Amino acid sequence: MRQVELEVLRYNPETDREPHFQRYSVDCQEEWVVLDALNHVKETLDPTLSYRWSCHMAVCGSCGMMVNGEPKLACKAFLRDYQGVIRVEPLRHFPVERDLVTVIDDFIAKLASVKPYLIPKETAPGSGEYRQTPAQLKRYKQFTLCINCMLCYAACPEYGLIPKYLGPAAIALAHRWNRDSRDGGRDARQEEIAATEGAWECSFVGACSEVCPEHVDPAGAIQQVKIESTVDWYQEHLMPWLKK
Amino acid sequence: MAKSNKPIVWGPFAAGGTLTAFLTPALVLLTLLAALGHAPDLLAYERLHALASHWFAKLVAAGIVFLSLWSAAHRLRITAYDLGVRADTLVATVLYAATLACTGAAIYYLLKI
Amino acid sequence: MSRKPYERAITSEWIFRHPRYVRYMVREFSCLFIGGWTLLMVWGLKQLSEGPAAWAAFLELLKSPASIAFHLLTLAFAAYHSVTWFNLTPKALPLQVGEEFVPDWVIAGAHYAGWAVLSSIILALAI
Repeated sequence: MRQVELEVLRYNPETDREPHFQRYSVDCQEEWVVLDALNHVKETLDPTLSYRWSCHMAVCGSCGMMVNGEPKLACKAFLRDYQGVIRVEPLRHFPVERDLVTVIDDFIAKLASVKPYLIPKETAPGSGEYRQTPAQLKRYKQFTLCINCMLCYAACPEYGLIPKYLGPAAIALAHRWNRDSRDGGRDARQEEIAATEGAWECSFVGACSEVCPEHVDPAGAIQQVKIESTVDWYQEHLMPWLKK
Repeated sequence: MAKSNKPIVWGPFAAGGTLTAFLTPALVLLTLLAALGHAPDLLAYERLHALASHWFAKLVAAGIVFLSLWSAAHRLRITAYDLGVRADTLVATVLYAATLACTGAAIYYLLKI
Repeated sequence: MSRKPYERAITSEWIFRHPRYVRYMVREFSCLFIGGWTLLMVWGLKQLSEGPAAWAAFLELLKSPASIAFHLLTLAFAAYHSVTWFNLTPKALPLQVGEEFVPDWVIAGAHYAGWAVLSSIILALAI
């Protein structure tokens, strides 16, 4: 057992003009994560505390929040890795709805805009299944691991500075489909990810890939999009007679 | 959203970044040696002037100057924005124009050699 | 129930929030030194084009304490640019051979090796 001091940012839109910190003293088990501590607070100390969570095993992407200033999944932030007061805040760069709950509409809209689904090629099989070799699968597999937790948006300073920026996860997921051998929708997605507010706002800070709990490496995906888009651009403008 | 024309400025940036990564440290070491009073043989007037008189050397030198300055200018443009300077179009215009001007000057001097 | 989402302000102090952002800024600032040194070399080209006396004056300029300090800083920043550039290259240019991807350290390592060879050739030819 261990007594943990949590300092949690609270915000009630009905009564507060701005957020403020609230301290909780929590008796915790040694093996607990921050999410366990929050659940204990909600169950025994303060039922008004609001936050998103679901699977408690780092696959649903619901419990993203700032723990001591770092974007973390609350279910993956082990108390044993922290000393002293643990500061818990809503995920940075998103408006605060209430307490630790953020408004994620911007991300959802951006995700939808990159068409993150299979757009069949003209040569798609009329009936029966698609065929894909292990090598073709491996080509895009890494980028399928995204759980839409938005830690990368919280870590990305460019998303903080440029609200219109598409952001790491959306671009990485577009790239996932572009690299899928079954897909024929790259041209449609390029309109979004090769726009100014797409990959070009990225300055390769790399923070997104560092905080990603699933090791998707969105930074790598974005640089690959930049290079592909640059080759496209020079081909289109300097050698327009080349059909793609 | 329409596709951006950013590749025009990003292409030379990526090329310049790669070039300076491979080349600049060794070259800086040469001029550092000169600065410390042990100028390498290549930096003696006769040898350097002879090398720089060759049209191919001038072409290479102009290319190195352009790409090095361009990638530095592009990075500085991004850094300005990161530091809160919002007038991106103005900063970009000033920096890229300065790069072209300095490259023009370098070409002028190279042609004089 | 009424909604009133709160927008937290963004300030420049994001740079100091974590070492990775400081390292990023250091990498970005390398452009001042690499660009500055290149401009110094353009000045050198000018002096070279104006004859032996002007070139000698340039070599003297290089020997000033300010120049020495600038060179030491530029060497450090240029090397940092090279290291960060080579380490990031495998992320931007993944190479799939058969089913597997070539490991990052191989791609970066090849760049380091090329860097060492090229630098050795330059130094050998110049000194």
